[in-house]
Amino acid sequence: MRNGKTIEEKIFKILTGVACYSLIAILGYIIFIIFRKGFSYLTIEMITQLPTGGYYYGGEGGVLNAIAGSLYIAGGATLIALILGVPAALYINSHLIRHKKTQNTVRYILDSLWGIPSIVYGAFGFTLMIWLGMSASLMAGIITVAFLITPIVIRSFDEVLSTIPKGLHEASLALGSTRSQTAFKVLLKQGFSGLITAVLLAFGRGIGDAASVLFTAGYTDLIPTNLDEPAATLPLSIFFQLSSPIPAVRERAYAAAAILTIIVLIISLSARFFAKRYSKSNLK
Amino acid sequence: MLNKTIRSRITDSWMLTALVIILFLPLIIGLALFLKSIPLFHISSLPCLLFSEDWAPNAGEFGFWPFIYSSLYVTALSFVFSAPLCLLAAIYLTEFASKRLIQIMHPVIDILAGIPSVIYGMWGILVIVPLAGEILAPFFNIKSSGYSVLAGGIVLAVMCIPYMLNMLIESFKTVPYGLKEAAFSLGATHWETIKHVLLRKSRPGILSAFGLGLAKAFGETLAVMMVVGNVIQITGNPFKAAYPLPALIANNYGEMLSIPLYDSALMFAALILLIVVLLINLIFRYFIVSSHAVKI
Repeated sequence: MRNGKTIEEKIFKILTGVACYSLIAILGYIIFIIFRKGFSYLTIEMITQLPTGGYYYGGEGGVLNAIAGSLYIAGGATLIALILGVPAALYINSHLIRHKKTQNTVRYILDSLWGIPSIVYGAFGFTLMIWLGMSASLMAGIITVAFLITPIVIRSFDEVLSTIPKGLHEASLALGSTRSQTAFKVLLKQGFSGLITAVLLAFGRGIGDAASVLFTAGYTDLIPTNLDEPAATLPLSIFFQLSSPIPAVRERAYAAAAILTIIVLIISLSARFFAKRYSKSNLK
Repeated sequence: MLNKTIRSRITDSWMLTALVIILFLPLIIGLALFLKSIPLFHISSLPCLLFSEDWAPNAGEFGFWPFIYSSLYVTALSFVFSAPLCLLAAIYLTEFASKRLIQIMHPVIDILAGIPSVIYGMWGILVIVPLAGEILAPFFNIKSSGYSVLAGGIVLAVMCIPYMLNMLIESFKTVPYGLKEAAFSLGATHWETIKHVLLRKSRPGILSAFGLGLAKAFGETLAVMMVVGNVIQITGNPFKAAYPLPALIANNYGEMLSIPLYDSALMFAALILLIVVLLINLIFRYFIVSSHAVKI
């Protein structure tokens, strides 16, 4: 009996180990393929030049238009997400602090919002755009991506705010400050590095998302100079170039994919760095 | 003093407005998409739209079944690949592996979860499509270009792995150590403890990780669209191409305004996606919320 148990345990230990290491291998393999393919075609022109006339037939140029467009859209969307998200997250943790049930319901809804596919945001952004009489533009892209990433800003900032000791909050109220003063002067300060992490996460999500900007931002070979001009984005640029039958164009898609991966990696590594720093510099 | 109260009022209402806007966002999105898809209901009934197989936008026929079927098929296939693998790997990481491994893996999983779907799609084209078309299909004596349900399922599975794994590890970590110690002290082996205590105690967590993984797979657009072939057909053969709902929306937005009712149809497709994904999310997240409420 004892023997059978140990055999079962051994079998499952091996089985789970194999599953775990094969996952690690698969995930490592993805990164390996992206970088190996990408770096062999990555040139300095890719990052510093706009596409020229014959670019999509293998001509000269780079994807600077897409890099700039992506940064603009993700940056603008993050700004809007901050304006909506920071007060909302603070409200949950200052005004609703005595209403545990409401707090939980709000968090529950926000978490569910996080799961809505980006193509749905894209379709919604498109409808909104038509109603407002806008055409596919930087502005429309920014608004759509802002909807997509605001729940992310709120929930990840909220996650940090909820760890702030209640005593701090009470001390501030006892000194006669109002709830919103407490929120902006005490909670915001305490959770500031958490906010940076939240912003970076949202920015990273915004820069990598393609389905939401597909309808709304349009595509162009130029760097947009105005909010009502269309803007190219890096994920879409990769997508379009990949579907080209010309090998030289596809190769540049690999390089563009490596650029996008590096940007996303830098963002998520710095988000982790700030999250670590937060836990050190906070009042307990 | 008055100044302070007024200022507080203003910031209070700003904070509340921001929160309310966001909380009503799913309703607003749903309503907007519904209003846009109303013209479609004038020509056809809801069951007819959902289960008819005739898709001919030019003739005004909109049957979504091929797309819904493709979505379900690809999602189910990805689930079959990813769920068991994730569950086993999560058990290994939390129970058997050294502390170092999980310390390394946690950030790695997080980072992988943040990699854009277009990158996974590209990896799919480079690796999975040739694998399906040139190695697996000839093995089963089937001709296939590789752009297939199978390729879509594999790419989706890989995309969902970091996401599911993360949630599974989180839920295993919340099982109190005392419970496991109690099982050990009763003479249970490590595996018995896992089977009877860990898996049982985190059942709501496992269920919701699986459910949310399904929802993510169902709504994923670009990566699937790049490898799944995008042919309108209903097939049981995983080596044939399919055409999931998100791909339908993403591929046809260009012609959407030139064919009558086409935009309504695409918005209706988005509405289906929204409702399915939101429902799955609400149901499975409820498991997590309610399991927290009764925690010992």
